[in-house]
Amino acid sequence: MIESVQAWFRTLADTHPKWNFIYLYDPVQTARIGEGLWMTLQLSVACVVFSVLIGVTGAWLQGSQHAAVRAFVQGYIQFFRNTPPLIQLLFFYFALGQFTPTYSPDGWLEVPIISNVGWAIISLSFFAGAFNVEIFRAGIEAIPESTREAADSLGMSRLQIYVYVVLPLAFRVSLPALNNNLVNLVKTTTQAIVIAVPELLYQLVSIYNDYSTAQNACMLLMFVVYITLVGVLVLGMNRWERALRIPGYGG
Amino acid sequence: MSSREATMNGPDWDPSQPIVSIRDVYKSFGELEVLRGVSFEVMKGEVVCIIGPSGSGKSTLIRCVNALNSIDSGSIRVEGQEVHDPDLDKLELRRKVGMVFQQYNLFPHKTAIENVMMAPVLVLKEPKGEVEARARALIRKVRLEGKEDSFPGELSGGQQQRVAIARSLAMRPDIMLFDEITAALDPETVKEVLVTIRELAEEGMTCILVTHEMGFARELANHIYFTDRGVIVEHGPPATFFTEAKDPRTREFLSQIL
Repeated sequence: MIESVQAWFRTLADTHPKWNFIYLYDPVQTARIGEGLWMTLQLSVACVVFSVLIGVTGAWLQGSQHAAVRAFVQGYIQFFRNTPPLIQLLFFYFALGQFTPTYSPDGWLEVPIISNVGWAIISLSFFAGAFNVEIFRAGIEAIPESTREAADSLGMSRLQIYVYVVLPLAFRVSLPALNNNLVNLVKTTTQAIVIAVPELLYQLVSIYNDYSTAQNACMLLMFVVYITLVGVLVLGMNRWERALRIPGYGG
Repeated sequence: MSSREATMNGPDWDPSQPIVSIRDVYKSFGELEVLRGVSFEVMKGEVVCIIGPSGSGKSTLIRCVNALNSIDSGSIRVEGQEVHDPDLDKLELRRKVGMVFQQYNLFPHKTAIENVMMAPVLVLKEPKGEVEARARALIRKVRLEGKEDSFPGELSGGQQQRVAIARSLAMRPDIMLFDEITAALDPETVKEVLVTIRELAEEGMTCILVTHEMGFARELANHIYFTDRGVIVEHGPPATFFTEAKDPRTREFLSQIL
């Protein structure tokens, strides 16, 4: 069965040289795609998790009593929101990467402590995190002051009020906007190609650089994978949104 | 339990002294002077009602008692402890003083029982099982048995307000503040809430109520204060307050309301 399908695509590549689905019949290319897909998934999950954590923490710090802390968060948001993520990736890897310490695993080669994958996760998480801070802030502002006051009058500390009252409510308000930003983040992981992170786009480009007839097939796969990946994310987020719905509260 | 009581009552407070003592309190919001030299005292177990027209500063006054609002000058002492001392442990104060709001302000993402349990578990760090037993008893006390697992959005206004009362009581406060707690309710449900307050008062809870329920004030209050434009214009026990008001503003207010 599999062999006859592979044979069919091999013939297709011979008869229609623009449609060489090489990754369907050449195990070496299939493995490259598999590695790229795995890297893209890891990159996406890591960046989603870290960017949400950055958003939650940043939104908490924005409510700080210290003006310096608030200014710092504001500066962070401005920097990461107002510069292109592509430039951030290049800057983190090539500029900051020069100053990070190195170590030598084999006694010969010096390797930086933070790899290009590490820099991609850091850079993209902070990029999306800046938007997440703003998204959570909007959610927090939607929570009535009186709800916070009630918690205050019960003797809860500022952190307890944030963790147990404000954030759970703000999170629900923020979910649709968060959804959008995380979709963007997953798509932006493709830009990690500029610092040679071997994610899916990197692998596909490599394949069609080696086999120019595979270009169309590679691009097609790119779309299919991303539509599926983002589709799964959106489906998950929508389910989560429904699961968090409170009876009798909100829309 | 005993260690808690030791920390609750300030060492220098003697229960024969006023539990709340307010002296010459001034408070402005920007240009607006809300309190202009208010003084009064509440003894342990007393029920005090504060009445007066809207904007007379009554809500601000009781919000100052648990430091939700700060004061500009004067002194407010709760169990002998100055509330507006910058070094005050606000959390400690708020464990002693419970507050119920006009708009209930329940936590909408928590069920009735979770609302009641939250603060004792988080703030007093009491074991969950113990708190739950107490919370169930309190929910029974405010006559909401069977509604333990309802969310606030599934309860009526009067029911929500009774959960809010139970939530405050779960912290075992020494004093309860009620800020126009029946103002957002329809007359039918007002009764349910007032029954709960009456029981509390009869059990000897110190209560300070800002209210427009004159019948209630007449029946339950030990003392009534009438405020207007940031000052106490008239006060007295209900027996004389309603019949022998001397100040023309008080008389006018009473004639409109009674």
